[in-house]
Amino acid sequence: MNPRLTLATATRVLRQVRSDHRTLALLLVVPCVLIGLLAWIFQNTPVFDHIGAPLLGVFPFVVMFLVTSVTTLRERSTGTLERLLSTPLGKGDFLAGYALAFGALSVVQALVATAFAVWVCGLDVAGALWLLVVIAVADAVLGTALGLFFSAFARTEFQAVQFMPAVVLPQFLLCGLLIARDRLPDVLQAVSDVLPLSYAVDAMKTVTTSVDAGPDVAGDVAIVAGFIVGAIALGSLTLRRRTP
Amino acid sequence: MNSQLEPAVVVDGLRVVRGDREVLPGVSLTVPRGQVVGLLGPSGGGKTTLLRSIVGVQVVHGGTVSVLGQPAGSAGLRSRVGYMTHDASVYSDLTVRENLTYFAAVLGVPRDRVDEVIGEVDLADHAGDRVDRLSGGQRSRVSLAASLVGRPELLVLDEPTVGLDPVLRRDLWDLFHRLAAAGATLLVSSHVMDEATRCDRLLLLREGRVLADDTPHGLLARTHAADAEEAFLALIDAEVRA
Repeated sequence: MNPRLTLATATRVLRQVRSDHRTLALLLVVPCVLIGLLAWIFQNTPVFDHIGAPLLGVFPFVVMFLVTSVTTLRERSTGTLERLLSTPLGKGDFLAGYALAFGALSVVQALVATAFAVWVCGLDVAGALWLLVVIAVADAVLGTALGLFFSAFARTEFQAVQFMPAVVLPQFLLCGLLIARDRLPDVLQAVSDVLPLSYAVDAMKTVTTSVDAGPDVAGDVAIVAGFIVGAIALGSLTLRRRTP
Repeated sequence: MNSQLEPAVVVDGLRVVRGDREVLPGVSLTVPRGQVVGLLGPSGGGKTTLLRSIVGVQVVHGGTVSVLGQPAGSAGLRSRVGYMTHDASVYSDLTVRENLTYFAAVLGVPRDRVDEVIGEVDLADHAGDRVDRLSGGQRSRVSLAASLVGRPELLVLDEPTVGLDPVLRRDLWDLFHRLAAAGATLLVSSHVMDEATRCDRLLLLREGRVLADDTPHGLLARTHAADAEEAFLALIDAEVRA
């Protein structure tokens, strides 16, 4: 890997996103609208304080999974990936460039969504707010890493979009948001133990309920980071310089 | 051995199978340095597969391909070989300049090369336009510029002049000869036979087999044909009879 090539790739990806104003607006506005809706539905109940923060972690995960799987699929189908892999650009530069670009984008998304949730919708958070942003960014990069990997199995953009419910929804159902993970049937609890989103949501819950959340959150974020590294390693196996 | 005399590309017994079809059954050929070599033949004849094998992005099933003295696809060749794919492989949501700035960065060439190469493919008036707002011919010239920007020693171009008007085609062939005069080797595919006369040397590929490897003049003399198309048909007839 070469930092100059990674950075050039990240810059190029961000330029592409910047040229698409509608996607950019959707990335920033949709999480706020959904959080606002949730706060409104559950007004005068403690539910919003309970699930608001975990959802701040789920949105970037879902959005970045979708955006990344569609963009990388486009790179494969238009031949730009083939061209790039015939140049000195390394697979690591390509993957890290994407992770960096969408990671940067998710920082902005997380700042806007968290600010909206806390200051507009009155989300009550016991721990430090910056921890929410850190976890949200880790979730976004996780979504990017999984999107890069799963896009290899889609032939069309239509299929790539179908991977979102297939990969994301089971994790959403089992992550402890609908029902606490320790109250799940044993088998499902075991499954939820090996899904990355569970740890992201655990971390978000810890921040909302505990003032001194740092050490617990660090442990969960480290596990999410492990999944990110794993997904990127698997993703790099799907990038072949030689294709049939 | 003097590397200038060594061929730019040596293909020996190259075999490529796709699905259950043998696209290239065992092709052998050489491309001399510093020339514009045309790879001609009908579509579906294996031209793109051969070019992809030379660039090193094709899974091959037998034989060897050596490029500039190294095995095709070697890491050391990646900044020395420029490849223009059949479809314009550039980012349609970026401008011409943004595309070439990125490819220049990937190839590690200085940024002032970007405007220079935009001029070479005659797109200076469109440098700030998004690629998806350009015509098909303009888009394929952006793709050509992306393979030229690193000043490669070997240029592999898959139908670079398809869909271009006659004036532009002439200008591009002039550019190809200028690059060859400066020492580069160009392997250019086309299914348009009248482009044959613009090449220094011709390779005729049909159904995965090399029918001819000759100069345009030599080919016409050997087949007693008036033009390349007639020569090509004569060679096919001779093969069918044999």
